[in-house]
Amino acid sequence: MFATHAAIDTEDKARRGFRLLRILTLIAARLVKAVIVLLLIVVANFLLIHAAPGDPAAVMAGEAGAADEIFIEQLRDRFGLNEPFPVQLWTYLKGVIQLDLGYSYRQQQPVLDLILARLPATLILTMTAFVISLTLGVVLGVVAAARQGTWTDSFVTSLSLLFYATPLYWVALMAVLLFSVQLGWLPGYGYETIGAGYTGLPHVADVAKHLVLPALTLGLFFTAIYMRMTRASMLEVSRMDFVKTARAKGLSPSRVQRRHILRNALLPVVTLAGLQAGQLVGGAVLTETVFAWPGIGRLMFEALAQRDYNLLLGILLISAAVVIIFNIITDVIYTLIDPRIGANA
Amino acid sequence: MTLAATAPARHPALDFWFRFARNRGAVFGLLVLLVVIAVAVFANVMFPDSPWKMVQRPFLEPFQVEGLPLGTDTLGRNVAAGLAYGARVSLVVGLISTLFSLAIGVPLGAAAGYYGGLVDDILMRITEFFQTIPSFALAIVLVAIFQPSLSSIVAAIAIVSWPPVARLVRAEVMSLKSREFVEAARLAGLSHLHILTRQILPNAMSPIIVMASLMVATAILLESSLSFLGLGDPNIMSWGYMIGAARTVIRNAWWLSFFPGVCILVTVLALNLIGEGLNDALNPRLARKGR
Repeated sequence: MFATHAAIDTEDKARRGFRLLRILTLIAARLVKAVIVLLLIVVANFLLIHAAPGDPAAVMAGEAGAADEIFIEQLRDRFGLNEPFPVQLWTYLKGVIQLDLGYSYRQQQPVLDLILARLPATLILTMTAFVISLTLGVVLGVVAAARQGTWTDSFVTSLSLLFYATPLYWVALMAVLLFSVQLGWLPGYGYETIGAGYTGLPHVADVAKHLVLPALTLGLFFTAIYMRMTRASMLEVSRMDFVKTARAKGLSPSRVQRRHILRNALLPVVTLAGLQAGQLVGGAVLTETVFAWPGIGRLMFEALAQRDYNLLLGILLISAAVVIIFNIITDVIYTLIDPRIGANA
Repeated sequence: MTLAATAPARHPALDFWFRFARNRGAVFGLLVLLVVIAVAVFANVMFPDSPWKMVQRPFLEPFQVEGLPLGTDTLGRNVAAGLAYGARVSLVVGLISTLFSLAIGVPLGAAAGYYGGLVDDILMRITEFFQTIPSFALAIVLVAIFQPSLSSIVAAIAIVSWPPVARLVRAEVMSLKSREFVEAARLAGLSHLHILTRQILPNAMSPIIVMASLMVATAILLESSLSFLGLGDPNIMSWGYMIGAARTVIRNAWWLSFFPGVCILVTVLALNLIGEGLNDALNPRLARKGR
């Protein structure tokens, strides 16, 4: 407390440097882990193709009987399906490592191309839903905790119970019905106005308008989760000894709330947000199906309708990769806000 | 513990009920769930005809014709009958898939927590692996590849839902295994299996029960989502299927998607409320802390 400004300055710099180093090692470690997980998923995909009823070549080509004999024969040849099992696994793995996820016979395109074309739309949707739900959830949770036991608290808590129990695809349909069909406020279909030919800023505005309903409905369920968690966590932290100390020191209630309680209470919420990333990507399948949002979720629905198994497995792999990216982001956020890290550097 | 000191000695079951009943939401949830169970059980009494049978002209609006309070669907089938039979699938799938995920998650978590070390490392890496894969996408792939049927749906839901159980059980076992009663059992020469199943797990039951009740709710949501995408058992009427089939006609026939959704919402909400009540009743100290 009596240190000179210069001393505080160097200490601050050291702390920041320590934090940066920590984040970099964290990202490196997580990337190594990510590669292992993705390889395991590829192995699992391979096993699934073989566990499925029917000829593996037919499974890869789509529903049995959909592909012609020549294509099936090509598949059998390329994946060495007449070879022993380990050789088949190796052939499959080698293909995926070279970023070859196979060919969608139904769509007449390589699986990876199909997925990459749809990935940006899914990233926009899930990221927006993630930011909305985390912000809204934390704000509402903080408000509910601060007004514990009042009407506001009961209202927010009931709301979260309700959101938590609502089927995602159903609320999406109802939102289309209300805001798009009845009121005509927002588009309930697609990614942009077809044929409008917008470019630049009007195009961004157009996409944003189409994004509102899908992102809000996808975020609703997660808002409920973060709201509950933030509330419970705020209440728990506010009873801890260091908070009493901070109050006893005479700090203003709002400062205690922000600097001491909120910052610590957010940690489990961020951990939870990371764990929920998989659900968010899964939820995108439903949201994109309802809103005809051209992302990988919608692609999954199309693949499902056509029983295009190879495409389904490719989407599973890529969506796991998206989840891993979300996890790394939340880990970095955790490191950034954790008041314990760097304090003893 | 002040609770035990002030309350007169009561039968434990009665005591449990009083603590559960103090949560009014939980009692409401229980009542709603009982109604849903009754409808599911007596579906064939209330609606002797198959829910797939066409009974009137298609797209009949609700409250227009006597005997068809919720109207008819795109093929002239009775919506009310579909909802009643749909309750069966939801409850059965919710319950059985939860039992299966407990059957996977409890032994794995218990072994990881009790033995620790390498066993713990390996089992937890497996658990993390399953938590990284987007569970809904995995469930879709599993059901699609093994063909939609009641058993493939139950299996898929169980496979994607066990990791949280394993984590919970592991944490409980880890905190219990160094307690005195466990050490006494060890000194008495009881086998590891005996200690784990007879001494430790019974003491970890409360949080497992609470989690299980919430898992039934999640499983119902999952089943309905799969059915919505057309991955339901093609021979069984379900709420998710009804919404999925009505999706394309939502502009003309709102009731076809609206009512099944309300059924799912109410059932899942009831189960969540019950879960909270169980939490209050089984972990009284925890419950008060959270309030």
